Amino acid sequence: MKHYAVRRLLQLIPILFAITFLSYGMMRLAGSDVVEQKMENTGGTVSQEMIDAAREELGLDKPFIVQYVTWLGKLAQGDMGVSYVSGKPVFSTFVSKLPATLLLAVVSILLTVIVSIPLGIWSAVNQNKAADYVIRTASFIGNSLPNFFVSLLLMYFFAIRLNWFPVISRDVSLQSVALPSVTLAIAMSAKYLRQVRATVLDELSKDYVLGAKARGVKFSTTMMKSVMKASLVTIITLLTLSIGSLLGGTAIVESIFMWDGVGKMAVDAINMRDYPIIQAYVMWMAVIYVLVNLVTDVSYRYLDPRIRLGGTEQ
Amino acid sequence: MNRPVTVRVQKVKKNRIRTRLFFFLFLAVILVLVSFFADQIVPYDPYAQDLGLSRQPPSPAHFMGTDQYGRDVFSRVVVGAKASVFSTLVLVCVTSVFGTVTGTLCGYFGREIDSVVMRISDVCLAFPGLVFALAIAALLGGGMSNAVIALAVISWPKYARVARGQTLALKNSDFVAAAKLAGDNSAQMILRHILPNILGPILVTAMLDIGTMMMELAGLSFLGLGAQPPVAEWGNMMSGGRSMLQTYPWLVLSPGVAIFLTVVTFNLLGDTVRDYMDPKNSGS
Repeated sequence: MKHYAVRRLLQLIPILFAITFLSYGMMRLAGSDVVEQKMENTGGTVSQEMIDAAREELGLDKPFIVQYVTWLGKLAQGDMGVSYVSGKPVFSTFVSKLPATLLLAVVSILLTVIVSIPLGIWSAVNQNKAADYVIRTASFIGNSLPNFFVSLLLMYFFAIRLNWFPVISRDVSLQSVALPSVTLAIAMSAKYLRQVRATVLDELSKDYVLGAKARGVKFSTTMMKSVMKASLVTIITLLTLSIGSLLGGTAIVESIFMWDGVGKMAVDAINMRDYPIIQAYVMWMAVIYVLVNLVTDVSYRYLDPRIRLGGTEQ
Repeated sequence: MNRPVTVRVQKVKKNRIRTRLFFFLFLAVILVLVSFFADQIVPYDPYAQDLGLSRQPPSPAHFMGTDQYGRDVFSRVVVGAKASVFSTLVLVCVTSVFGTVTGTLCGYFGREIDSVVMRISDVCLAFPGLVFALAIAALLGGGMSNAVIALAVISWPKYARVARGQTLALKNSDFVAAAKLAGDNSAQMILRHILPNILGPILVTAMLDIGTMMMELAGLSFLGLGAQPPVAEWGNMMSGGRSMLQTYPWLVLSPGVAIFLTVVTFNLLGDTVRDYMDPKNSGS
Protein backbone atom coordinates (compact mmCIF):
# COMPACT_ATOMS: atom_id res chain seq x y z
CA MET A 1 0.00 0.00 0.00
CA LYS A 2 2.69 2.49 1.01
CA HIS A 3 4.95 1.36 -1.83
CA TYR A 4 2.11 1.81 -4.25
CA ALA A 5 1.37 5.35 -3.08
CA VAL A 6 5.05 6.30 -3.26
CA ARG A 7 5.42 4.83 -6.73
CA ARG A 8 2.37 6.69 -7.91
CA LEU A 9 3.75 9.92 -6.46
CA LEU A 10 7.01 9.43 -8.35
CA GLN A 11 5.10 8.85 -11.59
CA LEU A 12 3.49 12.24 -11.15
CA ILE A 13 6.75 14.16 -11.39
CA PRO A 14 7.22 13.92 -15.19
CA ILE A 15 3.55 14.66 -15.77
CA LEU A 16 3.78 17.76 -13.59
CA PHE A 17 6.88 18.91 -15.45
CA ALA A 18 5.15 18.44 -18.78
CA ILE A 19 2.21 20.44 -17.53
CA THR A 20 4.32 23.32 -16.21
CA PHE A 21 6.20 23.41 -19.49
CA LEU A 22 3.03 23.35 -21.55
CA SER A 23 1.24 25.96 -19.53
CA TYR A 24 4.27 28.21 -19.54
CA GLY A 25 4.97 27.72 -23.24
CA MET A 26 1.38 28.24 -24.23
CA MET A 27 1.06 31.50 -22.39
CA ARG A 28 4.41 32.78 -23.58
CA LEU A 29 3.51 32.10 -27.19
CA ALA A 30 0.44 34.22 -26.79
CA GLY A 31 2.14 36.77 -24.58
CA SER A 32 3.94 38.82 -27.21
CA ASP A 33 1.51 41.67 -27.12
CA VAL A 34 1.25 41.88 -23.34
CA VAL A 35 3.57 44.85 -23.06
CA GLU A 36 1.76 46.76 -25.76
CA GLN A 37 -1.51 45.93 -24.10
CA LYS A 38 -0.19 47.15 -20.77
CA MET A 39 0.97 50.38 -22.40
CA GLU A 40 -2.37 50.85 -24.12
CA ASN A 41 -4.09 50.46 -20.79
CA THR A 42 -2.09 53.35 -19.35
CA GLY A 43 -2.89 55.49 -22.39
CA GLY A 44 -0.76 58.01 -24.25
CA THR A 45 1.77 57.42 -27.00
CA VAL A 46 4.34 54.71 -26.52
CA SER A 47 7.84 54.73 -27.94
CA GLN A 48 9.76 51.60 -28.93
CA GLU A 49 12.25 52.31 -26.11
CA MET A 50 9.50 52.22 -23.53
CA ILE A 51 8.27 48.91 -24.89
CA ASP A 52 11.77 47.45 -24.83
CA ALA A 53 12.28 48.69 -21.29
CA ALA A 54 9.06 47.11 -20.17
CA ARG A 55 9.97 43.84 -21.93
CA GLU A 56 13.29 43.84 -20.11
CA GLU A 57 11.58 44.56 -16.81
CA LEU A 58 9.28 41.59 -17.30
CA GLY A 59 12.16 39.44 -18.56
CA LEU A 60 10.50 38.95 -21.94
CA ASP A 61 13.70 39.68 -23.89
CA LYS A 62 15.55 36.55 -22.75
CA PRO A 63 15.45 33.16 -24.54
CA PHE A 64 12.43 31.01 -23.89
CA ILE A 65 14.19 28.26 -21.97
CA VAL A 66 15.90 30.76 -19.66
CA GLN A 67 12.54 32.36 -18.97
CA TYR A 68 11.00 28.98 -18.26
CA VAL A 69 13.73 27.91 -15.84
CA THR A 70 13.62 31.27 -14.04
CA TRP A 71 9.87 30.97 -13.77
CA LEU A 72 10.09 27.41 -12.49
CA GLY A 73 12.69 28.38 -9.88
CA LYS A 74 10.50 31.18 -8.63
CA LEU A 75 7.48 28.90 -8.70
CA ALA A 76 9.28 26.46 -6.40
CA GLN A 77 9.62 29.30 -3.89
CA GLY A 78 5.94 30.13 -4.14
CA ASP A 79 6.61 33.20 -6.28
CA MET A 80 4.29 33.22 -9.25
CA GLY A 81 5.04 36.75 -10.30
CA VAL A 82 2.73 39.73 -10.25
CA SER A 83 -0.51 40.28 -12.08
CA TYR A 84 -0.05 42.42 -15.20
CA VAL A 85 -3.31 44.16 -14.45
CA SER A 86 -3.46 44.80 -10.72
CA GLY A 87 0.27 44.61 -10.01
CA LYS A 88 -0.42 42.46 -6.95
CA PRO A 89 1.40 39.17 -6.33
CA VAL A 90 -0.34 36.32 -8.16
CA PHE A 91 0.01 33.94 -5.26
CA SER A 92 -1.82 36.11 -2.73
CA THR A 93 -4.50 37.07 -5.27
CA PHE A 94 -5.04 33.40 -5.87
CA VAL A 95 -5.19 32.52 -2.17
CA SER A 96 -7.70 35.30 -1.55
CA LYS A 97 -10.10 33.74 -4.11
CA LEU A 98 -9.85 30.23 -2.72
CA PRO A 99 -12.26 30.40 0.25
CA ALA A 100 -15.20 31.37 -2.00
CA THR A 101 -14.48 28.50 -4.39
CA LEU A 102 -14.04 26.07 -1.51
CA LEU A 103 -17.34 27.07 0.07
CA LEU A 104 -19.15 26.70 -3.26
CA ALA A 105 -17.48 23.32 -3.85
CA VAL A 106 -18.35 21.96 -0.40
CA VAL A 107 -21.97 23.12 -0.48
CA SER A 108 -22.63 21.80 -3.98
CA ILE A 109 -20.99 18.46 -3.21
CA LEU A 110 -23.12 18.10 -0.09
CA LEU A 111 -26.27 18.92 -2.05
CA THR A 112 -25.29 16.44 -4.75
CA VAL A 113 -24.67 13.67 -2.23
CA ILE A 114 -27.94 14.38 -0.44
CA VAL A 115 -29.89 14.28 -3.71
CA SER A 116 -28.19 11.71 -5.88
CA ILE A 117 -27.42 8.84 -3.50
CA PRO A 118 -30.89 8.34 -1.97
CA LEU A 119 -32.67 8.98 -5.27
CA GLY A 120 -30.29 6.69 -7.14
CA ILE A 121 -30.88 3.89 -4.65
CA TRP A 122 -34.62 4.47 -4.61
CA SER A 123 -34.71 4.42 -8.38
CA ALA A 124 -32.74 1.15 -8.48
CA VAL A 125 -34.88 -0.55 -5.86
CA ASN A 126 -38.04 0.44 -7.75
CA GLN A 127 -36.63 -0.45 -11.14
CA ASN A 128 -39.09 0.14 -14.00
CA LYS A 129 -41.78 1.44 -11.67
CA ALA A 130 -43.28 4.93 -11.74
CA ALA A 131 -40.75 6.38 -9.28
CA ASP A 132 -37.89 5.06 -11.37
CA TYR A 133 -39.23 6.64 -14.57
CA VAL A 134 -39.82 9.99 -12.89
CA ILE A 135 -36.32 10.04 -11.40
CA ARG A 136 -34.70 8.95 -14.65
CA THR A 137 -36.59 11.54 -16.67
CA ALA A 138 -35.57 14.25 -14.22
CA SER A 139 -31.98 13.12 -14.45
CA PHE A 140 -32.15 13.11 -18.24
CA ILE A 141 -33.48 16.67 -18.29
CA GLY A 142 -30.81 17.78 -15.85
CA ASN A 143 -28.20 16.23 -18.10
CA SER A 144 -29.44 18.11 -21.14
CA LEU A 145 -29.53 21.58 -19.60
CA PRO A 146 -26.39 23.66 -20.02
CA ASN A 147 -25.40 25.09 -16.65
CA PHE A 148 -25.50 28.67 -17.85
CA PHE A 149 -29.14 28.19 -18.77
CA VAL A 150 -29.89 26.63 -15.37
CA SER A 151 -28.13 29.56 -13.68
CA LEU A 152 -30.17 32.10 -15.59
CA LEU A 153 -33.44 30.23 -15.02
CA LEU A 154 -32.80 29.99 -11.28
CA MET A 155 -31.77 33.62 -11.22
CA TYR A 156 -34.92 34.63 -13.07
CA PHE A 157 -37.34 32.69 -10.89
CA PHE A 158 -35.76 32.77 -7.45
CA ALA A 159 -33.83 36.02 -7.46
CA ILE A 160 -35.82 38.27 -9.78
CA ARG A 161 -39.44 37.01 -9.54
CA LEU A 162 -39.53 35.68 -6.00
CA ASN A 163 -36.73 37.81 -4.62
CA TRP A 164 -35.58 35.06 -2.26
CA PHE A 165 -31.91 35.30 -3.05
CA PRO A 166 -29.58 38.08 -4.16
CA VAL A 167 -29.10 38.35 -7.95
CA ILE A 168 -25.42 39.09 -7.54
CA SER A 169 -23.48 37.71 -4.61
CA ARG A 170 -21.91 40.68 -2.92
CA ASP A 171 -20.40 38.63 -0.13
CA VAL A 172 -19.50 35.04 0.59
CA SER A 173 -22.52 33.98 2.62
CA LEU A 174 -24.88 31.04 2.83
CA GLN A 175 -27.66 33.00 1.20
CA SER A 176 -25.62 33.98 -1.79
CA VAL A 177 -24.07 30.54 -2.19
CA ALA A 178 -27.53 29.00 -2.58
CA LEU A 179 -28.22 29.62 -6.27
CA PRO A 180 -24.75 28.87 -7.66
CA SER A 181 -24.50 25.69 -5.61
CA VAL A 182 -27.97 24.52 -6.65
CA THR A 183 -26.99 25.10 -10.29
CA LEU A 184 -23.91 22.94 -9.90
CA ALA A 185 -25.76 20.34 -7.85
CA ILE A 186 -28.46 19.95 -10.53
CA ALA A 187 -25.91 19.10 -13.20
CA MET A 188 -23.89 16.80 -10.96
CA SER A 189 -26.86 15.02 -9.39
CA ALA A 190 -28.32 14.33 -12.82
CA LYS A 191 -25.10 12.65 -13.86
CA TYR A 192 -24.45 10.75 -10.62
CA LEU A 193 -27.97 9.55 -10.08
CA ARG A 194 -27.62 7.39 -13.18
CA GLN A 195 -24.30 6.00 -12.02
CA VAL A 196 -25.51 5.27 -8.51
CA ARG A 197 -28.59 3.59 -9.93
CA ALA A 198 -26.55 1.45 -12.31
CA THR A 199 -24.12 0.43 -9.59
CA VAL A 200 -26.83 -0.47 -7.12
CA LEU A 201 -28.74 -2.45 -9.77
CA ASP A 202 -25.57 -4.30 -10.57
CA GLU A 203 -25.00 -5.16 -6.91
CA LEU A 204 -28.61 -6.15 -6.34
CA SER A 205 -28.40 -8.74 -9.12
CA LYS A 206 -25.54 -10.55 -7.40
CA ASP A 207 -25.93 -13.90 -5.73
CA TYR A 208 -25.12 -12.78 -2.23
CA VAL A 209 -28.21 -10.54 -2.18
CA LEU A 210 -30.38 -13.54 -3.03
CA GLY A 211 -28.48 -15.60 -0.45
CA ALA A 212 -29.09 -13.02 2.23
CA LYS A 213 -32.77 -12.95 1.30
CA ALA A 214 -32.96 -16.76 1.52
CA ARG A 215 -31.40 -16.69 4.96
CA GLY A 216 -34.07 -14.20 6.04
CA VAL A 217 -31.86 -11.16 6.37
CA LYS A 218 -33.93 -8.01 6.25
CA PHE A 219 -33.69 -6.20 2.90
CA SER A 220 -32.78 -2.93 4.58
CA THR A 221 -29.90 -4.65 6.38
CA THR A 222 -28.53 -6.13 3.16
CA MET A 223 -28.92 -2.76 1.56
CA MET A 224 -27.11 -0.83 4.26
CA LYS A 225 -24.43 -3.34 5.13
CA SER A 226 -23.51 -4.83 1.77
CA VAL A 227 -24.94 -3.05 -1.24
CA MET A 228 -24.09 0.43 -0.01
CA LYS A 229 -20.59 -0.61 0.90
CA ALA A 230 -20.00 -2.16 -2.49
CA SER A 231 -21.40 0.88 -4.28
CA LEU A 232 -19.06 3.16 -2.37
CA VAL A 233 -16.24 2.76 -4.89
CA THR A 234 -18.34 4.26 -7.68
CA ILE A 235 -19.60 7.04 -5.50
CA ILE A 236 -16.11 7.94 -4.33
CA THR A 237 -14.78 8.02 -7.88
CA LEU A 238 -17.56 10.35 -8.91
CA LEU A 239 -17.06 12.62 -5.94
CA THR A 240 -13.31 12.91 -6.39
CA LEU A 241 -13.78 13.72 -10.06
CA SER A 242 -16.21 16.50 -9.24
CA ILE A 243 -14.09 17.81 -6.41
CA GLY A 244 -11.34 18.23 -8.98
CA SER A 245 -13.40 20.34 -11.31
CA LEU A 246 -15.13 22.23 -8.50
CA LEU A 247 -11.87 23.26 -6.85
CA GLY A 248 -10.91 24.82 -10.13
CA GLY A 249 -13.95 26.94 -9.74
CA THR A 250 -16.61 26.66 -12.31
CA ALA A 251 -15.86 29.47 -14.66
CA ILE A 252 -19.34 29.88 -16.06
CA VAL A 253 -21.39 29.64 -12.88
CA GLU A 254 -18.99 31.80 -10.90
CA SER A 255 -19.05 34.49 -13.58
CA ILE A 256 -22.83 34.51 -13.88
CA PHE A 257 -23.41 34.90 -10.16
CA MET A 258 -20.38 37.17 -9.77
CA TRP A 259 -19.10 34.69 -7.22
CA ASP A 260 -15.61 35.91 -6.40
CA GLY A 261 -13.80 32.60 -6.77
CA VAL A 262 -10.95 31.09 -8.72
CA GLY A 263 -13.03 30.36 -11.83
CA LYS A 264 -14.24 33.93 -12.21
CA MET A 265 -10.69 35.09 -11.63
CA ALA A 266 -9.55 32.92 -14.55
CA VAL A 267 -12.23 34.23 -16.90
CA ASP A 268 -11.43 37.83 -15.96
CA ALA A 269 -7.73 37.14 -16.42
CA ILE A 270 -8.34 35.73 -19.89
CA ASN A 271 -10.38 38.73 -20.90
CA MET A 272 -7.64 41.05 -19.61
CA ARG A 273 -4.85 38.84 -21.01
CA ASP A 274 -3.33 38.66 -17.55
CA TYR A 275 -0.95 35.79 -18.28
CA PRO A 276 0.65 35.26 -14.84
CA ILE A 277 -2.82 34.70 -13.36
CA ILE A 278 -3.83 32.34 -16.17
CA GLN A 279 -0.61 30.37 -15.70
CA ALA A 280 -1.18 30.09 -11.99
CA TYR A 281 -4.70 28.90 -12.63
CA VAL A 282 -3.72 26.28 -15.18
CA MET A 283 -0.99 25.02 -12.85
CA TRP A 284 -3.41 24.84 -9.96
CA MET A 285 -5.89 22.86 -12.02
CA ALA A 286 -3.24 20.45 -13.19
CA VAL A 287 -1.93 19.86 -9.68
CA ILE A 288 -5.45 19.28 -8.39
CA TYR A 289 -6.26 16.86 -11.15
CA VAL A 290 -3.12 14.88 -10.73
CA LEU A 291 -3.56 14.72 -6.95
CA VAL A 292 -7.22 13.81 -7.23
CA ASN A 293 -6.34 10.93 -9.54
CA LEU A 294 -3.74 9.76 -7.06
CA VAL A 295 -6.16 9.90 -4.13
CA THR A 296 -8.78 8.04 -6.18
CA ASP A 297 -6.40 5.25 -7.13
CA VAL A 298 -5.10 4.86 -3.61
CA SER A 299 -8.55 4.91 -2.06
CA TYR A 300 -9.78 2.30 -4.56
CA ARG A 301 -7.16 -0.07 -3.31
CA TYR A 302 -8.08 0.67 0.23
CA LEU A 303 -11.82 0.21 -0.33
CA ASP A 304 -11.88 -2.66 -2.77
CA PRO A 305 -10.13 -5.79 -1.54
CA ARG A 306 -10.16 -7.28 -5.07
CA ILE A 307 -7.98 -4.49 -6.44
CA ARG A 308 -5.90 -4.46 -3.25
CA LEU A 309 -5.13 -8.16 -3.29
CA GLY A 310 -4.92 -8.54 -7.04
CA GLY A 311 -2.37 -5.80 -7.42
CA THR A 312 0.08 -6.53 -4.59
CA GLU A 313 3.61 -5.63 -5.45
CA GLN A 314 6.15 -8.36 -5.85
CA MET B 1 -38.36 -24.39 -22.24
CA ASN B 2 -38.51 -20.64 -22.22
CA ARG B 3 -35.84 -19.86 -24.80
CA PRO B 4 -38.17 -19.18 -27.77
CA VAL B 5 -40.23 -16.87 -25.58
CA THR B 6 -37.13 -14.91 -24.56
CA VAL B 7 -36.11 -14.61 -28.19
CA ARG B 8 -39.55 -13.32 -29.14
CA VAL B 9 -39.53 -10.80 -26.29
CA GLN B 10 -36.11 -9.65 -27.40
CA LYS B 11 -37.31 -9.28 -30.99
CA VAL B 12 -40.20 -7.08 -29.87
CA LYS B 13 -37.77 -5.04 -27.80
CA LYS B 14 -35.39 -4.74 -30.72
CA ASN B 15 -38.18 -3.58 -33.02
CA ARG B 16 -39.26 -1.01 -30.49
CA ILE B 17 -35.71 0.28 -30.21
CA ARG B 18 -35.49 0.44 -34.01
CA THR B 19 -38.68 2.52 -34.23
CA ARG B 20 -37.30 4.86 -31.58
CA LEU B 21 -34.01 5.04 -33.44
CA PHE B 22 -35.70 6.10 -36.68
CA PHE B 23 -37.84 8.65 -34.88
CA PHE B 24 -34.92 10.39 -33.17
CA LEU B 25 -32.78 10.09 -36.26
CA PHE B 26 -35.56 11.84 -38.18
CA LEU B 27 -35.66 14.67 -35.60
CA ALA B 28 -31.89 14.99 -35.66
CA VAL B 29 -31.82 15.10 -39.46
CA ILE B 30 -34.42 17.87 -39.40
CA LEU B 31 -32.24 19.85 -36.98
CA VAL B 32 -29.22 19.37 -39.18
CA LEU B 33 -31.19 20.43 -42.26
CA VAL B 34 -32.45 23.52 -40.43
CA SER B 35 -28.89 24.37 -39.52
CA PHE B 36 -27.77 23.96 -43.14
CA PHE B 37 -30.58 25.94 -44.72
CA ALA B 38 -31.01 28.43 -41.87
CA ASP B 39 -30.35 31.44 -44.09
CA GLN B 40 -33.09 30.43 -46.53
CA ILE B 41 -35.87 29.68 -44.04
CA VAL B 42 -35.69 32.59 -41.63
CA PRO B 43 -38.61 35.04 -41.86
CA TYR B 44 -36.44 38.13 -41.22
CA ASP B 45 -32.81 39.05 -41.72
CA PRO B 46 -31.23 37.98 -38.40
CA TYR B 47 -28.70 40.82 -38.57
CA ALA B 48 -30.94 43.67 -39.74
CA GLN B 49 -31.22 46.26 -37.00
CA ASP B 50 -34.36 48.33 -36.56
CA LEU B 51 -34.13 50.39 -33.42
CA GLY B 52 -37.79 51.40 -33.74
CA LEU B 53 -38.71 47.76 -33.10
CA SER B 54 -36.29 47.33 -30.23
CA ARG B 55 -37.24 44.93 -27.38
CA GLN B 56 -40.69 43.98 -28.63
CA PRO B 57 -42.33 41.26 -26.55
CA PRO B 58 -43.34 38.06 -28.38
CA SER B 59 -46.15 38.75 -30.89
CA PRO B 60 -47.58 37.04 -33.99
CA ALA B 61 -45.11 38.93 -36.20
CA HIS B 62 -42.10 38.23 -34.00
CA PHE B 63 -43.11 35.23 -32.01
CA MET B 64 -39.94 35.21 -29.91
CA GLY B 65 -39.88 39.02 -29.72
CA THR B 66 -37.02 41.26 -30.78
CA ASP B 67 -33.72 42.11 -29.11
CA GLN B 68 -32.26 45.45 -28.08
CA TYR B 69 -31.34 46.28 -31.70
CA GLY B 70 -34.76 45.30 -33.01
CA ARG B 71 -33.48 42.07 -34.59
CA ASP B 72 -35.99 39.23 -34.80
CA VAL B 73 -35.11 36.72 -32.08
CA PHE B 74 -36.71 33.74 -33.86
CA SER B 75 -34.60 34.34 -36.98
CA ARG B 76 -31.52 34.63 -34.82
CA VAL B 77 -32.32 31.39 -33.00
CA VAL B 78 -32.73 29.58 -36.33
CA VAL B 79 -29.49 31.00 -37.69
CA GLY B 80 -27.90 30.17 -34.34
CA ALA B 81 -28.51 26.51 -35.14
CA LYS B 82 -26.03 26.92 -37.98
CA ALA B 83 -23.30 27.91 -35.55
CA SER B 84 -24.20 25.44 -32.78
CA VAL B 85 -25.31 22.29 -34.56
CA PHE B 86 -22.93 22.52 -37.50
CA SER B 87 -19.85 23.34 -35.38
CA THR B 88 -20.66 20.58 -32.92
CA LEU B 89 -20.99 17.99 -35.67
CA VAL B 90 -17.70 19.08 -37.22
CA LEU B 91 -16.07 18.94 -33.78
CA VAL B 92 -17.36 15.47 -32.96
CA CYS B 93 -16.49 14.10 -36.41
CA VAL B 94 -12.94 15.45 -36.35
CA THR B 95 -12.16 14.33 -32.79
CA SER B 96 -13.68 10.90 -33.19
CA VAL B 97 -11.82 10.22 -36.45
CA PHE B 98 -8.52 11.54 -35.12
CA GLY B 99 -8.91 9.77 -31.76
CA THR B 100 -9.90 6.50 -33.40
CA VAL B 101 -6.98 6.56 -35.82
CA THR B 102 -4.38 7.34 -33.13
CA GLY B 103 -5.94 4.91 -30.66
CA THR B 104 -6.06 2.08 -33.18
CA LEU B 105 -2.47 2.65 -34.28
CA CYS B 106 -1.32 2.80 -30.64
CA GLY B 107 -3.16 -0.37 -29.76
CA TYR B 108 -2.00 -2.22 -32.85
CA PHE B 109 1.65 -1.25 -32.90
CA GLY B 110 2.16 -0.75 -29.17
CA ARG B 111 5.69 -0.05 -27.95
CA GLU B 112 7.12 3.48 -28.05
CA ILE B 113 4.37 5.15 -30.10
CA ASP B 114 1.82 3.76 -27.70
CA SER B 115 3.50 5.02 -24.56
CA VAL B 116 4.33 8.44 -26.01
CA VAL B 117 0.81 9.04 -27.34
CA MET B 118 -0.81 7.76 -24.17
CA ARG B 119 1.35 10.09 -22.03
CA ILE B 120 0.29 12.99 -24.27
CA SER B 121 -3.31 12.00 -23.79
CA ASP B 122 -2.69 11.85 -20.01
CA VAL B 123 -1.55 15.45 -20.10
CA CYS B 124 -4.57 16.45 -22.19
CA LEU B 125 -6.81 14.64 -19.75
CA ALA B 126 -5.07 16.18 -16.74
CA PHE B 127 -7.04 19.33 -17.40
CA PRO B 128 -10.76 19.51 -16.92
CA GLY B 129 -12.48 20.30 -20.20
CA LEU B 130 -13.26 23.92 -19.85
CA VAL B 131 -9.92 24.90 -18.34
CA PHE B 132 -7.96 23.70 -21.31
CA ALA B 133 -10.48 25.26 -23.61
CA LEU B 134 -10.13 28.53 -21.73
CA ALA B 135 -6.36 28.38 -22.01
CA ILE B 136 -6.44 27.66 -25.74
CA ALA B 137 -9.05 30.30 -26.34
CA ALA B 138 -6.84 32.71 -24.40
CA LEU B 139 -3.89 31.72 -26.54
CA LEU B 140 -5.57 31.81 -29.94
CA GLY B 141 -8.14 34.44 -29.12
CA GLY B 142 -11.91 34.08 -29.25
CA GLY B 143 -13.81 32.79 -32.26
CA MET B 144 -15.87 29.75 -33.07
CA SER B 145 -13.09 27.86 -34.87
CA ASN B 146 -10.71 28.39 -31.95
CA ALA B 147 -13.34 27.17 -29.52
CA VAL B 148 -13.75 24.07 -31.69
CA ILE B 149 -9.98 23.52 -31.71
CA ALA B 150 -9.86 23.93 -27.93
CA LEU B 151 -12.54 21.33 -27.35
CA ALA B 152 -10.99 19.02 -29.95
CA VAL B 153 -7.69 19.00 -28.07
CA ILE B 154 -9.33 17.87 -24.86
CA SER B 155 -11.78 15.38 -26.31
CA TRP B 156 -9.72 13.23 -28.68
CA PRO B 157 -8.11 11.14 -25.87
CA LYS B 158 -11.53 9.75 -25.01
CA TYR B 159 -11.85 8.17 -28.45
CA ALA B 160 -8.20 7.19 -28.53
CA ARG B 161 -8.68 5.24 -25.33
CA VAL B 162 -11.82 3.46 -26.47
CA ALA B 163 -10.20 2.57 -29.81
CA ARG B 164 -6.96 1.47 -28.17
CA GLY B 165 -8.69 -0.73 -25.63
CA GLN B 166 -10.84 -2.39 -28.28
CA THR B 167 -7.87 -2.89 -30.58
CA LEU B 168 -5.84 -4.48 -27.80
CA ALA B 169 -8.68 -6.86 -27.09
CA LEU B 170 -9.09 -7.78 -30.77
CA LYS B 171 -5.38 -8.20 -31.37
CA ASN B 172 -5.35 -11.40 -29.39
CA SER B 173 -8.48 -12.85 -30.95
CA ASP B 174 -8.43 -15.92 -33.16
CA PHE B 175 -9.69 -14.29 -36.34
CA VAL B 176 -6.88 -11.73 -36.25
CA ALA B 177 -4.37 -14.55 -35.83
CA ALA B 178 -6.02 -16.36 -38.75
CA ALA B 179 -5.83 -13.25 -40.93
CA LYS B 180 -2.18 -12.90 -40.03
CA LEU B 181 -1.54 -16.50 -41.04
CA ALA B 182 -3.35 -15.84 -44.29
CA GLY B 183 -0.74 -13.20 -44.96
CA ASP B 184 -2.56 -9.91 -44.33
CA ASN B 185 -0.22 -6.99 -43.75
CA SER B 186 -0.73 -4.38 -41.05
CA ALA B 187 -2.73 -1.97 -43.21
CA GLN B 188 -5.11 -4.70 -44.39
CA MET B 189 -5.41 -5.98 -40.86
CA ILE B 190 -6.36 -2.61 -39.42
CA LEU B 191 -8.68 -1.57 -42.24
CA ARG B 192 -10.42 -4.90 -42.85
CA HIS B 193 -10.45 -6.60 -39.49
CA ILE B 194 -9.92 -4.19 -36.65
CA LEU B 195 -11.65 -0.95 -37.68
CA PRO B 196 -14.98 -2.51 -38.69
CA ASN B 197 -15.11 -4.26 -35.33
CA ILE B 198 -14.40 -1.23 -33.17
CA LEU B 199 -16.67 1.22 -34.97
CA GLY B 200 -19.71 0.31 -32.84
CA PRO B 201 -18.34 1.51 -29.48
CA ILE B 202 -16.80 4.56 -31.19
CA LEU B 203 -20.12 5.48 -32.77
CA VAL B 204 -21.91 5.16 -29.41
CA THR B 205 -19.27 7.33 -27.71
CA ALA B 206 -19.57 9.93 -30.46
CA MET B 207 -23.37 10.03 -30.41
CA LEU B 208 -23.45 10.43 -26.63
CA ASP B 209 -20.82 13.14 -26.94
CA ILE B 210 -22.78 15.44 -29.26
CA GLY B 211 -25.01 16.90 -26.54
CA THR B 212 -22.14 17.51 -24.13
CA MET B 213 -19.97 19.10 -26.78
CA MET B 214 -22.80 21.34 -27.90
CA MET B 215 -23.24 22.58 -24.34
CA GLU B 216 -19.51 23.12 -23.87
CA LEU B 217 -19.24 24.99 -27.15
CA ALA B 218 -22.19 27.20 -26.23
CA GLY B 219 -20.60 27.67 -22.79
CA LEU B 220 -17.40 28.97 -24.37
CA SER B 221 -19.43 31.35 -26.53
CA PHE B 222 -21.32 32.39 -23.43
CA LEU B 223 -18.03 33.37 -21.80
CA GLY B 224 -17.07 35.32 -24.92
CA LEU B 225 -14.46 32.78 -26.01
CA GLY B 226 -16.43 31.21 -28.86
CA ALA B 227 -18.62 32.87 -31.47
CA GLN B 228 -18.27 36.65 -31.28
CA PRO B 229 -21.15 39.10 -31.52
CA PRO B 230 -22.90 40.03 -33.76
CA VAL B 231 -22.79 36.40 -35.00
CA ALA B 232 -25.98 34.71 -33.83
CA GLU B 233 -25.07 31.72 -31.68
CA TRP B 234 -27.13 30.39 -28.80
CA GLY B 235 -24.46 30.80 -26.14
CA ASN B 236 -23.57 34.37 -26.99
CA MET B 237 -27.23 35.33 -27.52
CA MET B 238 -27.91 34.21 -23.95
CA SER B 239 -24.88 36.05 -22.72
CA GLY B 240 -26.06 39.19 -24.52
CA GLY B 241 -29.58 38.92 -23.12
CA ARG B 242 -28.45 38.18 -19.60
CA SER B 243 -28.30 41.80 -18.41
CA MET B 244 -31.91 42.27 -19.55
CA LEU B 245 -33.14 39.09 -17.88
CA GLN B 246 -35.39 41.02 -15.52
CA THR B 247 -37.30 43.00 -18.14
CA TYR B 248 -36.92 41.04 -21.39
CA PRO B 249 -36.64 37.40 -20.35
CA TRP B 250 -37.42 36.07 -23.86
CA LEU B 251 -33.97 37.17 -25.01
CA VAL B 252 -32.49 34.48 -22.75
CA LEU B 253 -35.32 31.97 -22.79
CA SER B 254 -35.60 31.56 -26.58
CA PRO B 255 -32.01 30.51 -27.28
CA GLY B 256 -31.99 28.62 -23.97
CA VAL B 257 -34.98 26.52 -24.92
CA ALA B 258 -33.52 26.00 -28.40
CA ILE B 259 -30.28 24.60 -27.04
CA PHE B 260 -32.11 22.49 -24.46
CA LEU B 261 -34.37 20.87 -27.06
CA THR B 262 -31.49 20.28 -29.44
CA VAL B 263 -29.36 18.68 -26.74
CA VAL B 264 -32.34 16.56 -25.64
CA THR B 265 -32.83 15.33 -29.21
CA PHE B 266 -29.20 14.37 -29.66
CA ASN B 267 -29.01 12.79 -26.19
CA LEU B 268 -32.11 10.69 -26.85
CA LEU B 269 -30.64 9.68 -30.19
CA GLY B 270 -27.37 8.77 -28.46
CA ASP B 271 -29.14 6.69 -25.81
CA THR B 272 -31.12 4.89 -28.48
CA VAL B 273 -28.05 4.16 -30.56
CA ARG B 274 -26.41 2.74 -27.43
CA ASP B 275 -29.41 0.52 -26.72
CA TYR B 276 -29.51 -0.54 -30.36
CA MET B 277 -25.86 -1.54 -30.34
CA ASP B 278 -26.12 -3.33 -27.00
CA PRO B 279 -25.83 -7.08 -27.67
CA LYS B 280 -28.20 -7.73 -24.74
CA ASN B 281 -30.98 -6.21 -26.85
CA SER B 282 -30.17 -8.02 -30.07
CA GLY B 283 -32.95 -10.23 -31.33
CA SER B 284 -30.92 -12.72 -33.29
